[in-house]
Amino acid sequence: MEELKKVIVPIGPYHPLLEEPEYFQLFCDGEEVVDVEWIAGYNHRGIEKLAESKHWDQVTFLVERICGICSTSHPFAYCNAVEDLAQIEIPERAKYIRSIIGELERLHSHLLWIGLAGHFLGYNTVFMWAWKYREGILDMFEMITGNRNHYAMFRIGGVRRNIEDEDIPILKKTLSEVEGKIKMLTEAVIDDPVLSARLKGVGILNKEDIKNYGAVGPIARASGVDIDVRKDDPYAAYNLVDWKMITTNNGDVFDKAVVRLLECFESIKIINQSLDRIKGTKGEIWKEVREIPKGEGIGRHEAPRGEVFHYIRSDGRASSPIRHKIRAPSYVNIPTFKASCIGETISDVCIILAGVDPCYCCTERIAVYDKEKKKKVYSFEDLVKKSIEKTEKIKKEIGKESKLWKKLF
Amino acid sequence: MNLKLKALKKSLWVYHVSAGSCNNCDIEILDLLTPRFDVERFGIVLVGSPRHADVLLCTGIVNKKCVERVKEVYEQTPKPCVVVAIGACACSGGIFRDGYQMAGPLNKIIPVDVYIPGCPPKPEAIIAGIVKFLKEIK
Repeated sequence: MEELKKVIVPIGPYHPLLEEPEYFQLFCDGEEVVDVEWIAGYNHRGIEKLAESKHWDQVTFLVERICGICSTSHPFAYCNAVEDLAQIEIPERAKYIRSIIGELERLHSHLLWIGLAGHFLGYNTVFMWAWKYREGILDMFEMITGNRNHYAMFRIGGVRRNIEDEDIPILKKTLSEVEGKIKMLTEAVIDDPVLSARLKGVGILNKEDIKNYGAVGPIARASGVDIDVRKDDPYAAYNLVDWKMITTNNGDVFDKAVVRLLECFESIKIINQSLDRIKGTKGEIWKEVREIPKGEGIGRHEAPRGEVFHYIRSDGRASSPIRHKIRAPSYVNIPTFKASCIGETISDVCIILAGVDPCYCCTERIAVYDKEKKKKVYSFEDLVKKSIEKTEKIKKEIGKESKLWKKLF
Repeated sequence: MNLKLKALKKSLWVYHVSAGSCNNCDIEILDLLTPRFDVERFGIVLVGSPRHADVLLCTGIVNKKCVERVKEVYEQTPKPCVVVAIGACACSGGIFRDGYQMAGPLNKIIPVDVYIPGCPPKPEAIIAGIVKFLKEIK
């Protein structure tokens, strides 16, 4: 193996486009990647320790700030954990509102991903489209919660803000507009011959890999593993509305994109049904919680990237948790690079790394080092450029006669 | 006016440093480039290297592992440059100020010119902050 590790390509830790700082090293033999290493810690903020010094109510705001993209997933799982500990049954209206917020977040997160994936492939149109249509969802968030991100919607025992009846028609209208746009985007991605050529058969993860690495979320579902906390262990209103789990079988990057896009429609279905149920009804949106008893509780939520898990322990006297353990989905999804990147070419690695939606923030540069001290430094842009070049090549081979473009213009 | 400063404010090239943030400020910065806000019409472009940049947009608490990297990025940026602290974390440490991994806030590490508070600041607020600064140096 040492013989083969000719060139090391470090990706990271900073890049302007991505989310969390992560640091990868690719060991390459020519164009082929033979091994991947991952170095973490650039985004460590000591949140679990901080949670032990904050009040139960304050922890909701703290865990919200673990990640800006899934800023509802962590409070969702945390509230589930505390409610599991204290045996609290939340009001029905709060259940629906929680589901609505959770699904809106999934919509904006998946659109964000599809945009970034488009950018890495040299399809900046997809990037701009996806991010433009995402604004509609952020507007809905602003209308419901008062902020574009970090909604502060959750509290132990329910939700903080109500969805008023007069807002519902506007929300539904915005949602149907967004649905039309996502439909167009889905057709654009699925029908495009160039994207098929770039993404099909790239970065394949089979069922065995998924089980070995314990991967969750859309990555697992793209490989035909039907794992989804919303179905397996229903919470909030997910068992009160009608929706289905999306799975595909190939496990390549194309299927990951398809799963995410189709999940958007399921989310829209859930939101529409929930809005219908709460329309015209009145009810409590939170239950007063006086104290948290001694014990431990677990809470789970299906975040856009997979299962978020929170563990809480209380001694019954302190006003803050004694122990708070968090496991985010990217933590188990990122190591699957070991299975999906090896044997692929450098130009495909970019999209495979992005295909997991790993939440890596600021990978700045890529340097290519030769083993014989012949040092060559590339910027991360060069990697993206390599990826774009490949797309352009395929475009020329296939020709411009795409069904999609005729449909659009 | 200083010639360098005059040249600086023609078309701002920004480099984005995320030093232990929660992504949200970073997403809002990216949002600025997409059609709703589209700051490229003012000549503001996101660049891939600090060596090309006029402005450093810094987000996050600056954790202990990032300190050296942030200093390095600042040293690589050609002077005069503008350092903008975006978000509550970069301005003051926010909710993380008592954390053991906290090495910031940003102005302890590198000199900061503009503070844009908010968690996260809205894209409009970021634009307003930059505009205010440009007026200030006139």
